[in-house]
Amino acid sequence: MSKYFVRRLAMSVVTLWVIVTITFILMHSVPGNPFANENKNIPEVVYQNLLKKYGLDKPLSEQYLIYLKNIVRWDFGESMKSNTETVNEMIARGFPVSAQLGLQALLIALIIGPALGAIAALYQNRFPDYISMIVSIIGVSVPSFVMGTFLIQFVARNVDWLPIGGWGEWRHTILPSFALALMPLAQIARLMRSSMLEVLGQDYIKTAKSKGISRTAVILKHAVRNAILPVVSILGTTVSNLLVGSFVIEKIFGVPGLGMFFVNSIYNRDYTLIMGVTVFYAIILISMLFIVDIAYTLIDPRIRLTKEGR
Amino acid sequence: MDSNTIYTKEMFQKAPRELRESETIKRPSISYWSDVWRRLKLNKLAMAGLVILIILGIMSIIGPYMSDFSYYEQDYSAINLRPNKSYWFGTDELGRDLFSRVWLGTRYSLFIGIAAALIDFGIGVIYGGIAGMASKRVDAIMMRIAEVIYSIPYMLIVVLISVVFSSTGAGTSMFVLILAMTITGWVPMANLVRGQVLQLKESEYSMASESLGASKSWILKKHIIPNTLGPILVNVTLTIPRAIFSEATLSFMSLGLQAPRPSLGTLVSDGLAVMPIGLFYQILIPAIIISLVMFSFNVLGDGLRDALDPRLRK
Amino acid sequence: MERLLEVKDLAVSFQTYYGEVEAVRGISFHVNKGETVAIVGESGCGKSVTANSIMQLLPMPPAFYKRGQILFEGEDIVKKSEKEMQRIRGNKISMIFQDPMTSLNPTMKVGKQIVEGLKKHQKLSSSQAEKKAIEMLELVAVPQPEKRIKQYPHEFSGGMRQRVMIALAMVSNPRLLIADEPTTALDVTVQAQILDLMKEIQEKLGTSIILITHDLGVVADMCDRVIVMYAGKILEEGTVDEIFENPKHPYTRKLLGSVPRLDMDRSETLFSIKGTPPDLYKPPKGCPFFDRCDKAMVICKDHMPGKASHSKSHYSSCWLNHPMAKKDAEGSEE
Repeated sequence: MSKYFVRRLAMSVVTLWVIVTITFILMHSVPGNPFANENKNIPEVVYQNLLKKYGLDKPLSEQYLIYLKNIVRWDFGESMKSNTETVNEMIARGFPVSAQLGLQALLIALIIGPALGAIAALYQNRFPDYISMIVSIIGVSVPSFVMGTFLIQFVARNVDWLPIGGWGEWRHTILPSFALALMPLAQIARLMRSSMLEVLGQDYIKTAKSKGISRTAVILKHAVRNAILPVVSILGTTVSNLLVGSFVIEKIFGVPGLGMFFVNSIYNRDYTLIMGVTVFYAIILISMLFIVDIAYTLIDPRIRLTKEGR
Repeated sequence: MDSNTIYTKEMFQKAPRELRESETIKRPSISYWSDVWRRLKLNKLAMAGLVILIILGIMSIIGPYMSDFSYYEQDYSAINLRPNKSYWFGTDELGRDLFSRVWLGTRYSLFIGIAAALIDFGIGVIYGGIAGMASKRVDAIMMRIAEVIYSIPYMLIVVLISVVFSSTGAGTSMFVLILAMTITGWVPMANLVRGQVLQLKESEYSMASESLGASKSWILKKHIIPNTLGPILVNVTLTIPRAIFSEATLSFMSLGLQAPRPSLGTLVSDGLAVMPIGLFYQILIPAIIISLVMFSFNVLGDGLRDALDPRLRK
Repeated sequence: MERLLEVKDLAVSFQTYYGEVEAVRGISFHVNKGETVAIVGESGCGKSVTANSIMQLLPMPPAFYKRGQILFEGEDIVKKSEKEMQRIRGNKISMIFQDPMTSLNPTMKVGKQIVEGLKKHQKLSSSQAEKKAIEMLELVAVPQPEKRIKQYPHEFSGGMRQRVMIALAMVSNPRLLIADEPTTALDVTVQAQILDLMKEIQEKLGTSIILITHDLGVVADMCDRVIVMYAGKILEEGTVDEIFENPKHPYTRKLLGSVPRLDMDRSETLFSIKGTPPDLYKPPKGCPFFDRCDKAMVICKDHMPGKASHSKSHYSSCWLNHPMAKKDAEGSEE
C-alpha cells in the first residue's frame, strides 16, 4: 500500500511538472511579448522597465528556473493588468468563492446522482427509469452555459427570491450551484445506473437474496455498496468538469470567483494571471485525482491487495 | 400418452435417418452486425438520435444556401429582427441572417467534432497498436507517458493553446481548435486499442480458431475487427459531442472560431450578449441545436454500446 | 418416510425476444426428510431453473411459473409472496451456487456474510453472531476462523470460498439444502473434499439435499436417489443402485457410458453423446431425446412417452417400455 502511495505521489509530481513546463513554454511562445503585442505606444524606457519588472529581460532558461522556484514557494507573481493585487491575492480572493460554489454543486451531484442512477436500475425500463434517464440525458446534452442562461431566463426572472446574478447571500448560490451540478450529476447517474445493472446480475446478489434478507438490505448492503465503486473512481474527472463548468457559470451569474478571474484574464491577456491560475488549477486537480485514487484503493478491498503487491 | 392414440406396429419401427435429421429446428442464427443493427433499431432513443443527426447533417450542408442572405453580409437596416418571412431565424446585432449563420455554425461545429474524433482515433490506434504489439518494457514506458498526458487537465491546456494561438479577441483558427481538442483526447482510444490488441493476442477464441485451422486474415476479419470496432465506434461517437462542447465553451471565453465564421458556440455566446435586452430568440435557436447535437450523439453512442454488448443479447 | 418437498407438474418458462422458452416442462418429483436427491443432466436441461424456482430466485420477468406446485412442508411455494419467501430463504431452504469465486460479495467481510441471514431470522446480537460465524467456519474446517471472519472473499482460495458458502448456507440449520453444481468450478482434489464435507454436515444436522450436477461420478458417492433431466423433462428416476445397475432410458445409459471408470478396460471407448439437446424455444412434441437416440422409433418423434414404473422407486419415460416395442432392444448394451 505505502509503495503504491509513493509511486502514485511521484506520478502526480511528474504530471504537475509537465503541466507547469507546458504552461511556461506555451506562454512564452506567444508572438512577441505581452507588452510589445498590445501597447505599441509606450515609451522605450517604460517598456524596458516593464520587462525588467516581470523578469522578461533575462534569458529563457533562467526565467524558467525562477518560475519553477517561485511555484515551489507558492508565489505566482504580479498581475500584469492589476496594480493593486498580486496573483496570489487574486487567487486568495476568488478561490473561496469558487470552492463554495464547487462544493455545493459536488454535494448536489453526489447525493442526487447515485440515487437517481440506482433507482433507474432497480426500475429498469419502467417509469422511474424513464424519468431519471430524461434528467440525465438533459444533463449531458445541454451545455452548462445554455442551462445557466435558461435558468436565468425562466426561473430567476419569475421567482422573486432567486436573484439573477451576483454574490453575497446564500440564495445567490442556489441557481449557479444547480446549473453547475447538472452535468456531473447526469454523468454520475448514468454511470451508477449501468454499474448497478451489472452488479444486480452478479452471483453474490443471488447469494444475498438466498439468505432471506429483505430487498432493501440486498440493495443497500450488497448492490449499492459495490455499484458505487466506479462512481468513486470518476470523482477526479467530476471535479475537473466542475472546474471547467465554473468558468462559464461564474461568468453568466456574475459570481466573483476564480473562474471569472480566469476568463477575464483571458480577455485582458493578463499572462501572469493566466499562468498562475492555470498552475493553481492544475495543482488542485492533480491533488484531487491523487486523493480519489488513494481513497478508492481504501474502499475496494480487492484493489488494496493487488496494489500492495506492485 | 394420449388415450385416443391408436398404436400400430409401424409406430414401433426403428425411426429412419431422414426423420431424425428433420428434427433440427433451431432459432434463426443472426450474423453479428445485423444483430447489432437489429438491437440498435429497437432502441427508440438511439434511432431518434440517428434521425436527428441525419437531418442536422443535411441542413448543415444545404441550410446556408437556402437563405437569400449570406452569413457575413451585414445589413444595418435590419438589425435584431425577430424571426420573420425573409429572415427565418431573425437577424443579429449586425443585421446578419441567423438562418444561414446557424446552419453554417452547425457545419463548423460538426466538422470540428468529427475531425477531432478522427484524429483521436488515428493517433489512438497507432499509439495503442504499437504499445500493444511492442515488448513489455516499451509498452510500460509508452503507457506511463500516456497516463501522464491523460492526467493533464484537458480544458486548461486547450485554453492555453487557444490563448497562445489567437491574437486578442479575434478568435482561433479551426486548425488550432482541433489540435487543442485532440491533445489529450487520444489517450482513451489508445488504451482501448492496446487493451484489445493484448487481449486478442492471448484470447482463447482466437487460439481456438487457430487450432481449428483458421487463417490469420480470417481471424482478423471474424474476431478481431468486430471485437475492436465496437468499442472504438462507441468511443468515436462519444468523442464528437465532447469536442463540440469544448469548442462551445471556448467560444464562450472568446477563444472560439474566428469571426465572422460562426460555430454553435459563438452563436450562443453572441446570443447571451443580447439576452438582457429581451432578444431571447438569438440564443434560443443555437442553444436548441447544440443541445440536439449533444443529445443525438450521446444517445446514439449509448445505444451502440448497448447493442454491441453481447451480454445484453436477448 | 416423511416428504419434505413435493414438486407437482412444475412448468417454468422465460419470455424472450424470440418468444417463450420452456425451460422446465411439467416435472414431478419429491424429496424425503434427510435424503439426498441428485438432479442430473447436461447443461441447459432445466436443472438449475428447477433449483432456483424452489427458492423463487428466478428473475421474474422474464421467468414465470406456468403451472404446477412446489409443496414444501405442505405449503405451495409458487403461491408465496416475496415477504413470505424471505422467511423461508436462508432459514428453511438454503442454496449453494456453482462458482464460489463470484458468489460472495467482494466488499463485505466473510464473517458478516455468513451470519447476515441468521441475524435476521433469529435476531442475534453482534457478539452472538460473531461466535456463530466462527463456529460455522470451524464446522466447515476453515483454519484460523477467528482471523478468517474478518477477511474479504478475495483472500480465500476457491475451495475455501466454497467452504464459506457451505457455512453460509448451513448456518441456520435449514431443512433443505439446494446445491447447484457445488463442485464444478473446483479442482478435482478439492471437489472430493467439498463433497465429503457436505456429506459429513448432512449426517450431523440431518438436512435434506438436492444436488444439481452433470457429473454422475459425484452422484454415486453421495446420493440416495437420482433424477435424470433432459430438455426440461424428467426422463428417468430411481435409487442410485437402480440407475447405475439397471438404467432403463437410453439417455441415462448414454450418460453412464460417458463417465470414465477405473475398472474400465482400456480398449473400451468412452462414450460421448452425439449432438446437442433441442432448443427449448420450440420444444419437440415427442421425446426430446429422439434425434440423438439410436433406439428411436417412429412413434418417438411426435408422441411423448408416459411414465412407466419398474419398481416402487424406479420410473422412466420411454416408448421402449411399451409392450409393442421390440423386447430385444431393452437391456442390451451397446
